[in-house]
Amino acid sequence: MADFEPVLLANIHLPDSHTFDVYEGKGGYRALRKTMRELKPVDVIEMVKASGLRGRGGAGFPTGLKWTFLPKDHPGPVYFLLNADESEPGTFNNRILMEEDPHQILEGLILSCFATRATAAYIYLRYEYPLALERMQRAVDECYRARYLGANILGSGYSLDVTLHRGAAAYICGEETGLIESLEGKRAWPRIKPPFPAVEGVFRKPTVVNNVETAACVTQIMSRGSDWFKSIGVPPPADNPRDAGSYGPKLYCLSGHIERPGCYEAPLGITVRQLVDQYGGGVWRGRKAKAAIPGGISMGLLREDEFDCPLDFSGPGRYGCLGLGTAAVVILDETVSIMDYLYNSARFFAHERGGQCPPCREGTSWALKILERIRAGRGRLKDLDLLAEIAGSIGIIPGTTICGLADGAAWPMKNALSKFREECEETIKRTNPKGWMVTDPVPALEAGITVHELKAVH
Amino acid sequence: MTKSDRVLTAEMIAEIQALFPRYPLRQAVTLPALHVVNRHLRHVPLQAVVEIAELLQLAPAQVQDTLTFYGFFKQDAPHGRTRAWVCRSISCALRGGEEMLEYLCQKAGIPAGDTTPDGALTLEPAECLGACEHAPCMLAGDRLHKNLDRDAADQFLRSVRSNAVETGESVS
Repeated sequence: MADFEPVLLANIHLPDSHTFDVYEGKGGYRALRKTMRELKPVDVIEMVKASGLRGRGGAGFPTGLKWTFLPKDHPGPVYFLLNADESEPGTFNNRILMEEDPHQILEGLILSCFATRATAAYIYLRYEYPLALERMQRAVDECYRARYLGANILGSGYSLDVTLHRGAAAYICGEETGLIESLEGKRAWPRIKPPFPAVEGVFRKPTVVNNVETAACVTQIMSRGSDWFKSIGVPPPADNPRDAGSYGPKLYCLSGHIERPGCYEAPLGITVRQLVDQYGGGVWRGRKAKAAIPGGISMGLLREDEFDCPLDFSGPGRYGCLGLGTAAVVILDETVSIMDYLYNSARFFAHERGGQCPPCREGTSWALKILERIRAGRGRLKDLDLLAEIAGSIGIIPGTTICGLADGAAWPMKNALSKFREECEETIKRTNPKGWMVTDPVPALEAGITVHELKAVH
Repeated sequence: MTKSDRVLTAEMIAEIQALFPRYPLRQAVTLPALHVVNRHLRHVPLQAVVEIAELLQLAPAQVQDTLTFYGFFKQDAPHGRTRAWVCRSISCALRGGEEMLEYLCQKAGIPAGDTTPDGALTLEPAECLGACEHAPCMLAGDRLHKNLDRDAADQFLRSVRSNAVETGESVS
């Protein structure tokens, strides 16, 4: 991987990399000017389709194909939503792009809007990123002054307005139809699809929702060409012709028990082990790794002996994980208790679920209660079966929920229970030596009593 | 309701109305309007919800419904002059984030979620702040505190006590 030259992160270390002058000085907006002068929207769509770019937000849907789902002769307006609600635990690549290179995102956003004939774009930015908000707003203002935004951009006849819209600390807003509902001023309850946003999205108009890193990739594709993009990464596996391949550079976030946590750019398909050793400087404090989250907490868990898993769109799935997700890798060292990991994950999902679909609302709440009980020393082996039952019954995959949040809640449980079964059982037997074998129903923890208080009582 | 009972100032109303042209439907201004009021009042009392609804031509219940979904806007009392979120999601938890939250709460003498009696500080647990490379971290006002440890926590609490309000100007 040593010969790989970072592209998306090429300029982030320059002084004032977030400013218009530095961006243009490094050749920025050249692709935009050329496109406005010489190309039609359909040319941009064709280039992005040919590049093989798949959405970087987590689902990995081919971007160009998504754009073609817009109705052909719609009177408009078409809306473009830039999903900057990055909230998946372990993920911070969008934050770094927005803070350090906002113009790379805006150039891609303007190109994407031109391609889809969107006349208004909203950047839905999570509340927790005040510096990103400041820099994105400054970048938008600079673009208006440069006539890259507003009416009749660069004399092309194409007009576009961009508005920053600040979220209010809710994970579910990152789901694209949850984001649409939130932007409309409602609770962020994901919609039943179809209709897909391309047909009926925000304000009941055709809408495209793309991730921040996806927009940055569009900039690079229009600047360097689709062949360049497709020369990076990995083609579809031979045994799965329906796979769309994993092309282009990817921003990998590396955190947890790692010597050099950070955001690293590498070709899609790098393995967890390469990422840890070549970029992360190894596991922290010279310890051994026990497991890794492959792409944000929703994606499940890889054991250390599975670290040769390639981080492309189909790799983690072959190892029993949910998918590549946001490519945010979190390393757990040998001292971590899998029960603690499960508890942390369950607490997150019980807190962040939208509450719309009963299987998820009840399932995530009960999973948390069961894990709290295990932590309080009252776990039973039967509880592992209960957790498995919850994990198997919530989500889009079993068909019981509207959005994929529940699948993300289920996967850590599924992977932990199958890949670390022995440890889970051992933890329960050790912490509840008298009651681990009970199979009769037992009450949940008393309402309002904390684990700390419970330990004091017993 | 007399005029003096109203909570939205002319300044807030002007800020909210300035957003109208950016959206084709006024309901879309709900979240931005809540942010405007919250920035000024550090909470969004029910009366403000009623007044926002008037401006947006909505039923108060529609605004209230959205407000309660987010759990971000306090309604009964203002949050502290500094509102700090300590991350407890996986990357920070692996690096001692939960211990930092506990330590800060203990030092400040309040449980997580509460505000100190002098109104200086609200401490809250946060789900992933998206700064995992700096774990454990805390967002206080507009300032991200990276690689938080006990010394940094002590220093932060001293700065809060000496009434140095955290603002966006010191973003590092």
